[in-house]
Amino acid sequence: MMDNVTVEVSALGRNYGNNAAVRDVSFSLRQGEVLGFLGPNGAGKSTTMKMLTGNLAPTFGSVKICGIDILEQPKEAKALIGYLPETPPLYKELTVDEMLALSARLHGVARGSVKKALQTAKERCGLTEMSGRLIDNLSKGYQQRVGIAQAIIHNPMVVILDEPTVGLDPIQIRDIRALIKELGGEHSVILSTHILPEVEMICDHVQIIHKGQLVFNGSIDVLKQQRHGNRLLLGLRNPPAREELLKLDDIIDVETAGEHLLRVRHADGAAPAEAIVQAAVNNNWGLYQINPDQTTLEEVFVQLTYQEV
Amino acid sequence: MIFSIAGKELRSMFSSPMGWIILALLQFIFGTFFLVGIDQYFQTMSGAIRPEQRQGVTEFVGHSVFSTASFIMLFAVPLLSMRLISEERKNQTLPFLFSAPLSLTDIVLGKFVGLVSFLSILIAFIGIMLSSLNLWSELDYGYLAGNLLGLWLLVASFSALGLFVSSLTQHPIVAAIITFVALFALMILDYFFASDPNSVLNTLSLFRHFEPFSRGLLDTRDFSYFMLFILTFLTLTVRRLDADRLRG
Repeated sequence: MMDNVTVEVSALGRNYGNNAAVRDVSFSLRQGEVLGFLGPNGAGKSTTMKMLTGNLAPTFGSVKICGIDILEQPKEAKALIGYLPETPPLYKELTVDEMLALSARLHGVARGSVKKALQTAKERCGLTEMSGRLIDNLSKGYQQRVGIAQAIIHNPMVVILDEPTVGLDPIQIRDIRALIKELGGEHSVILSTHILPEVEMICDHVQIIHKGQLVFNGSIDVLKQQRHGNRLLLGLRNPPAREELLKLDDIIDVETAGEHLLRVRHADGAAPAEAIVQAAVNNNWGLYQINPDQTTLEEVFVQLTYQEV
Repeated sequence: MIFSIAGKELRSMFSSPMGWIILALLQFIFGTFFLVGIDQYFQTMSGAIRPEQRQGVTEFVGHSVFSTASFIMLFAVPLLSMRLISEERKNQTLPFLFSAPLSLTDIVLGKFVGLVSFLSILIAFIGIMLSSLNLWSELDYGYLAGNLLGLWLLVASFSALGLFVSSLTQHPIVAAIITFVALFALMILDYFFASDPNSVLNTLSLFRHFEPFSRGLLDTRDFSYFMLFILTFLTLTVRRLDADRLRG
């Protein structure tokens, strides 16, 4: 059941005049997966999302939602998508209930089940007490929730959220993240963000887009591995010569990382920490610190996006 | 689908003071002209007047009300049509409609139907007001129906043009001004070319095609003129929205 491909994007591109905003983006997404879309400002995240939802016509390539081409059969394909753009598209003069009912009807929810759909969406987004309030009078965070509720009200196969946690307080962010994870159970979710820990927390797949091109496309585990790496940071009061350390098993390289600090690279999958500690005690190197040298996700991100510069 | 959008438009219209004020104000103006018309009718007809110059009450009062109404609508429609699409552009709510499973035609028709139904309320009130004369006299219902239909077509044409102009800009006020100027130009076209009654431009004038209706004459040429006018501007609006999707 988890093998259903819900989104299939091939060689998608968009030009604005002579300026290519998005170039040759291809990926596919299965049911139940959460895809994180990362990239610096102006990288083409929103442009790609607009093309996925049929808001913008691509210059090249195609988008298929559950096998339906969005250019050839826009109505059928759009019925399967729930979309929250960067600015939540809400009619401020309507109440929460009116807005959600409108969304349900326009997305083809049968007249009889509108009420039920409304109830479910409100419960999921924590809006039950706000039913009769005018959207204009809601805080930014609640407006964002209404935005998410209008995107999921028709129980779409694919939910596309453009920066869903912007402008929310930490508690709301936690709620929304839990909601997105829950959505990921039965739907496919694509979300864009520039908050990196968020991606690590809720996404199965990550795509990093830079200057309109995909620079990384893979499982979150790959990114994590890149992050944890194979290096140890040693703090030694009486550091030995480089060769002394290299004599130990599995150690490939040693470099100085500061006063009394050494960065040790070891073979993949090896755990030389114990041997190093033993050697340090035996030879009186004065070990006061040993820990894995993690590159933060930010660093990986910067490495991936700025390698050409 | 179309009616869901139309319903939303009506709701928005009535959720701002604008809708209510326009309804009340226009009804007040029409009511005044109605009263003045009756008053004048008694004054004129009570005087010595030759039988062949006598007019029916429907025509006398109706003419006064309908000619005012067609002129007043010139100001009212741009005020109502200005925000239909421009405001959605400004508030960035268009993606909501674009990503719903709707065709652009559905969206444009929905908005058009919404506005025209609001204006139909006004026209219905005029009809009811004039029909109340039937309590004291015999009314010429054919004349009344012809006028109502003419006014309705005129107002629908105004709305179509207003909707198109609204899709061109982000600023409702700009849309209102352009719509007003364009409508005004179309209304007085025959005024400018009065010296040359055969000029092609004359036939473009909205008033010239409204005039037969106001005499109670239904002519398919005028009818199709209004229909083509509406169709043209609705199509242009669809094209304009499609350009959004293509050009971004």
